[in-house]
Parts: sequence; structure tokens; C-alpha cells
Amino acid sequence: MTAPKTLYDKIWDAHVAHEAEDGTCLLYIDRHLVHEVTSPQAFEGLRMAGRSVHAPEKTIAVPDHNVPTTPDRVNGITNEESRIQVEALDQNAKDFGINYYPVNDIRQGIVHIVGPEQGWTLPGMTVVCGDSHTATHGAFGSLAHGIGTSEVEHVLATQTLIQKKSKNMKVEITGKLRPGVTAKDITLSVIGATGTAGGTGYVIEYCGEAIRDLSMEGRMTVCNMAIEGGARAGLIAPDEKTFEYIKGRPHAPKGAELEAALAWWKTLYSDADAHWDKVITLKAEDIAPVVTWGTSPEDVLPITGKVPAPEDFEGGKVEAVRRSLDYMGLKPGTPLNEIAIDTVFIGSCTNGRIEDLRAAAEILKGKKIKDGIRAMVVPGSGLVRAQAEEEGLADIFIEAGFEWRLAGCSMCLAMNPDQLSPGERCAATSNRNFEGRQGRGGRTHLLSPAMAAAAAVTGHLTDVRELM
Amino acid sequence: MEKFEKLTGVAAPLPLINVDTDMIIPKQFLKTIKRSGLGVNLFDEMRYDDNGNEKPDFVLNKPAYREAEILVAGDNFGCGSSREHAPWAIKDFGIKAIISTSFADIFFNNCFKNGILPIVLPKAQVDVLMKDAEKGANARITVDLEAQTVTSSDGEVFQFEVDPFRKHCLLNGLDDIGLTLEKAPAIQAFETRMTAERPWV
Ligand code: SF4
Repeated sequence: MTAPKTLYDKIWDAHVAHEAEDGTCLLYIDRHLVHEVTSPQAFEGLRMAGRSVHAPEKTIAVPDHNVPTTPDRVNGITNEESRIQVEALDQNAKDFGINYYPVNDIRQGIVHIVGPEQGWTLPGMTVVCGDSHTATHGAFGSLAHGIGTSEVEHVLATQTLIQKKSKNMKVEITGKLRPGVTAKDITLSVIGATGTAGGTGYVIEYCGEAIRDLSMEGRMTVCNMAIEGGARAGLIAPDEKTFEYIKGRPHAPKGAELEAALAWWKTLYSDADAHWDKVITLKAEDIAPVVTWGTSPEDVLPITGKVPAPEDFEGGKVEAVRRSLDYMGLKPGTPLNEIAIDTVFIGSCTNGRIEDLRAAAEILKGKKIKDGIRAMVVPGSGLVRAQAEEEGLADIFIEAGFEWRLAGCSMCLAMNPDQLSPGERCAATSNRNFEGRQGRGGRTHLLSPAMAAAAAVTGHLTDVRELM
Repeated sequence: MEKFEKLTGVAAPLPLINVDTDMIIPKQFLKTIKRSGLGVNLFDEMRYDDNGNEKPDFVLNKPAYREAEILVAGDNFGCGSSREHAPWAIKDFGIKAIISTSFADIFFNNCFKNGILPIVLPKAQVDVLMKDAEKGANARITVDLEAQTVTSSDGEVFQFEVDPFRKHCLLNGLDDIGLTLEKAPAIQAFETRMTAERPWV
């Protein structure tokens, strides 16, 4: 009898290519995703050392951070530095022979949306990318995490990563979610409960009825923000929903290979008596639609709450809250649902999938956004965009007054033309509310797509349940 | 990679908690395709006003700390994005060691890849060093990687933990890729086994 294992233990054990005496391992990497911002220096390093890409067939690249999302992008990127970075990726993909989805390919999109969509991400795999939101892929029961550029170079050259094992944390969400509460509210609430450093040193496995009930899209939303909780990765054990999602995707196994894969995938769960270093349990019915009020993702409260005061906190957080309320231009005691916004952003690798657009469109159907609000929807990939057009969602957004954009990271981070101006306040479905994240001086409130749609209609942060 | 052995230098205090990589190096500076030259933009939004002038009250703009080689920081330093531009900017500014109660995981890794030593110490000891750093340029702190100690300007010695493999690489300035390539046979053997066991990968 082997000792009981967690899902993380199982995937880890299946990928150790070498273990040194001190426990440092060479972990074999099954999929390496690459984008234009964190890779140029890594490819340059390879060239300088005369090295090649060890497994180009397991390496997938797509430009997303810098690309404009307006239709005129077919004519090229105007910002010179952005253009150079994207061109560098074009060239590197060609020179090193890796799988590539260029800007004007319909399959282009945010790397963490493209990977699963194309069937590159599969259960039990190790997946890395020079991007912290690689955690997204954990929704498939794959061990997926972000790495720095030196590690990107290391993986390109060796297809392995030097790693030490993290600890195991179980986050269980029991019971059923109430109406109007979504995967985004789960993941933000978990961070609210643990803090942004609560997961440091851990790999989180999310489980429980409320997680099982989520679609693959919802599970990706949950795992996506594991990193905001400080965790190395987030995982969800694969099940029938996972297998159904995967079947038929371009790079998913087929026929006899699929059968063999399924047989292994079905063994990928945490054994009943496996050891956990930390366990957190939340009741789904206690989770409300939430928004963030500060400049850290842990600054989260139910929409029915009020802006807190610095004195409500302890230690270093007192000063941090003072600073963040000043930056956010908020007064303690203000009801959250009275905070007026001027911009709404629906998109990003957290909430740029088809289900997210459906949830927002559901609220917007037959309504108009408040006068003076700038609102945009940025599908996570060209294929999500095409599907949304086919389902009539695009028309709902356009009729409501939203801009209907092309795929990319867009206003999730201000590296492309979509940015906030100083003082502008945005209801955003993305994952980070850091100072300046969406543009210098811009103020970000994180929330779910349905909540973002509700805010667009009323012009202030709003409890979506009032519009349902 | 440059070796890290022993360092005695000025330490800059930055008691903020949850300093994220967007604060360390905002995204407009990520468009570079080089590793160097980011030091002038380190902590850009805290360091400069809207017109690009230095804000005199930001720690690294104060005369005492312009040459700082150590940073004493608040909890959870380096959270947020995986951008290695953050340690590149820190290194380029001249900071070689960071002391805090905790670091975000990816940032912590990235430091070692760039010859920067991140040191985790208990809160009470970080508080002592923070106070020490606040004394300005006369208070020089010593970091000794071989001995795994930090010595305050008053001679108080604190012991810290460091992963032996990382310590070895840092002390000898070793390049990870070169080390891993020495294990190519193990990687190849793994790949052969996987082609048989999990051919769909
Ligand atoms: S959408 Fe945002 S979080 Fe996701 S990869 Fe792009 S920039 Fe990063």
C-alpha cells in the first residue's frame, strides 16, 4: 500500500525527472506557454548561449498584453515599443519553431484562455508560463504556475524547472451558491478570508459541492486568482465536466490515446485520508456578491457593506488602508453601493470567457448603460468573440452601449491603449486592483461580470440581485 | 551570474506591507526587450511626480539612501505579477539584498536568479533592522551569506535560513541552465518513459 496522496502529490510525483539529495527536483514541464512581455530576454539568452528550444512542440506562444483591441489593429500596432515586443515574439516563434497564434489569427487571445480552448491544457500536466495567472489552468487538474523570465529561459532550454515542493492547502466550499453569486465571488471571498499572503508556500486545491457545481469556465475563474491569495498554484480535481470540455479540442488526445488518457485522468484526485498542511472551509451560502474597495485583492467586502476605516485594522495594515483609501478617493463609512463609477471593463483571463459574457449579457438584455459611462467588453479570445456574436450576445452589449472589442488583455493592465486616466474609477472583472494597474492614478473595483454589468446600468457599484 | 558573498551597506527602510511588483516597476516599463537600465524606474510612481520630478520624501530620493544596497521591507514584499523586471530594476538600482518577514513566491525565486538575496526574518528582528535603517547613511548593515547572518549597525546578529542549493548557486555565481544541462541524461530517460506511459502529452 502506498501512502495516501493529494492531487498535487500525484501530479508532482509523475513529473520528477531528477531529485537531488537536498530534495531539490527537476520537474518536467509538459506545456510551456509564452507571451510577448516576459519572453524576449529569455530567447535572447538562448541565442547568446547558442542553445535551442528543447521541446518546441510543447511550447505555445501568443501575443496578448500589448495588442490593441480596436479593429484598426489589422493595420499594425502604432505604439513603437509594443510593436517591437510583438514583432520580437513573431520572430522568436519562427526562429525556434514553436506553436504560434499571431495577432490576426482568429485563435489569438489571452494566453490563459487560448491554452485550454485549443486543448493544450490537460489534466495531470505541468503547465508553466512567464505570467502569474498561469494558475488558471489548474482548473483542469493540472499543476500550473507562473515563472520569471530566467525560468522561462530555463524551461525553453531544458523543458524542466528547478523546484521544491510546496505545502498542501485544501479550500473547501460546501453547499450551494445563492442566486447572483458566482465563481468570482467565491475566489475573491477566499482571498478576503486568507489575505494575499495566506497561500504563500502552498498549492491550493479547491473542492466541495460549490466547486463541483461550477462550469469549467467558473473553475478557471477560481483558480486564476489563487495567485492573488499568494499560492503557487490552484487546483481542481478533473471530473466528467472536465473531460467533456476537453474532448474534440484541436490538441486534445483522440481515439485510443483519449481512452488511455481518461484512464489516468480518473485517478487524479486527493485520496480520502491524504495529509493537508492547512484546511479552510467556507459555506457557499455565506458568500455574497462582493466588490473590492482598496488596492489589494484582499480588500473585499459584500456589496451590502461600507468602506471600512483604517482603525478597523491592525499592524501594518492600518497604514496600508490609509494609503489605499487616499488613493481610491474613498471615505470610511460610505456604502459600497453608492460609489459612482465612470468606466466598466468586462474581460481578462479571469472573466473573459463565454460564460462570463453570457452572465453580463443576461443583466444587460433590453437595458442601456447609464449616460456618460464608458463601458467595454473584451472577449478573451477571437473564438470567444465569434461565439458570442453567434449567440447574439454581442448585439446585446452593443445595444446597451458597450464597446465590442477584439481579444487581448486590454484594460486588465495598462500596457496597451486601453487605460484609465488619473482619478477615473472602474468596475473591472479583472484580477488586480493595485495602484496604477489599469493606468496611472486609475481606481479599480474588482467584481464579477454580472456585477460589472449592473454597475454599467446604474452608474454606481450595485447589488446585481436588485436587477435580477 | 554575479556572486553574492558578503555585503556591508546602507539599508533603506520601506515599511509598507504588500508592496506589489506593479509598484516596484509599473507596466509601462515592461515593454523593453532588455534586462538592463530599469533602475531609474524602480518604484516609479512612488518616486516621481506626474511631471517626472523626484518626490523628495520618497525614501530612495533622500540623500542618505541614494546609494542603498539593502532594502528593509514590510510583509509580503513582491506580490502580484511574475515580472522579472522587478528584480532587474532592484538590481540595476544597486540593491543586492532585501529583508522582510515574508516575500511572494515568484518574486522570491526571481531574486535568486538575479544575484539578489531575499532574507526572511521574524517580525521582531525585521523591526529592529527597520529602526536601524531609519537612522540613515551612518547605520550600515552587514549581510553574510556564508555565515547566514545579518548584523545591525549596533552589532546585533540575526541568523537566517536559506535553501542550501540556492545558497551554493549564489555564493558561486552559478547559472541554473548550465547545471541542469548536466542532468540531460535524466531528462532524456524521463522523456522516453513518458512517451510510453503518457503518449498524448
Ligand atoms: S488578462 Fe490580465 S492578468 Fe490575465 S494575462 Fe492578461 S494582463 Fe495578465
